[in-house]
Amino acid sequence: MKIGILGRKMGCSQVFDPETREVVPVTVIKAGPCLVLQKKTKEKDGYDALQIGLIEPEKKKKVNKPLMGHLKASGAGSASFIREIRGEISTLTVGSHISLENFEGVEKVDVVGTSKGKGFQGVVFRHGFRGGAATHGSMFHRAPGSIGASSYPSRVFKGTRMGGRMGGKRVTVTNLKIVRIDTKNSLLLVKGAVPGPRNGLVVVSGQ
Amino acid sequence: MVNIRETVEKEQMRSDIPDFKAGDTIKVHVKVREGDKERIQVFQGIVIARKHGGIRETITVRKVSSGIGVERVFPLHSPIIDKIEVVQEGRVRRAKLYYLRDLKGKKAKISELRKE
Repeated sequence: MKIGILGRKMGCSQVFDPETREVVPVTVIKAGPCLVLQKKTKEKDGYDALQIGLIEPEKKKKVNKPLMGHLKASGAGSASFIREIRGEISTLTVGSHISLENFEGVEKVDVVGTSKGKGFQGVVFRHGFRGGAATHGSMFHRAPGSIGASSYPSRVFKGTRMGGRMGGKRVTVTNLKIVRIDTKNSLLLVKGAVPGPRNGLVVVSGQ
Repeated sequence: MVNIRETVEKEQMRSDIPDFKAGDTIKVHVKVREGDKERIQVFQGIVIARKHGGIRETITVRKVSSGIGVERVFPLHSPIIDKIEVVQEGRVRRAKLYYLRDLKGKKAKISELRKE
């Protein structure tokens, strides 16, 4: 059964593994509380999914009237972040709460976030091109080089890697191990890095 | 928002670490696992650096063992440290004593801190 929750990245830290006593790098995610807003079914919507919303009462002002109407069914007063968790979904009904307690027994999760924006970047940073020598009379440093031949095809192929806007995109990191779940403070500690800045919104899902 | 991270870290921090700084000679009692047995190994040397802060703090301890310089870096709050004893406080004028790596014999000695 697939389970998902929404949250915010709080930052990175480290913990000591009680078993091996080694340092484990972790990302702290404040997850939930979430509410099921809508249940999409194959018959009605063409696919199965659970629409969940992150409840942050301090963000209530951001809810407009059309959204208010949508939230009525679930009884949620506000929802600052709404996403669907697709897949074969469970016994949860509209209006039921999702918290980290639902993640008991889950070992690994996938985390989706929006990566930090890097602005307009060249090919060396954006695509890992090697660039040229800095010295020894080299006149080729960080330029992309040839982007195509002249007489044939006489155009630049679509998808050719060039400089441009980097980051700020949806990024998924899969199979992050859950290090600890703190249900009291609704904190989730996963091993490794999670895309996005501190306070960035993330979707956590697991089996 | 950073406070939330700090609360997570605070739980794991140790309160039994004595006060010491760079230049002090300390004994680090390290828990060593051999198979399923555990014993304590003592590493005595001069603290040449304390780095980072909070849960990430590490110490670098240097000693000269049969003519060869040995340095070990310990995460200060690591559970492998059984305890730390301060043997001698040293009089030094900087926080990082990397210059000791280039010195030999008597020059590599640090005089004891005298408290009036």
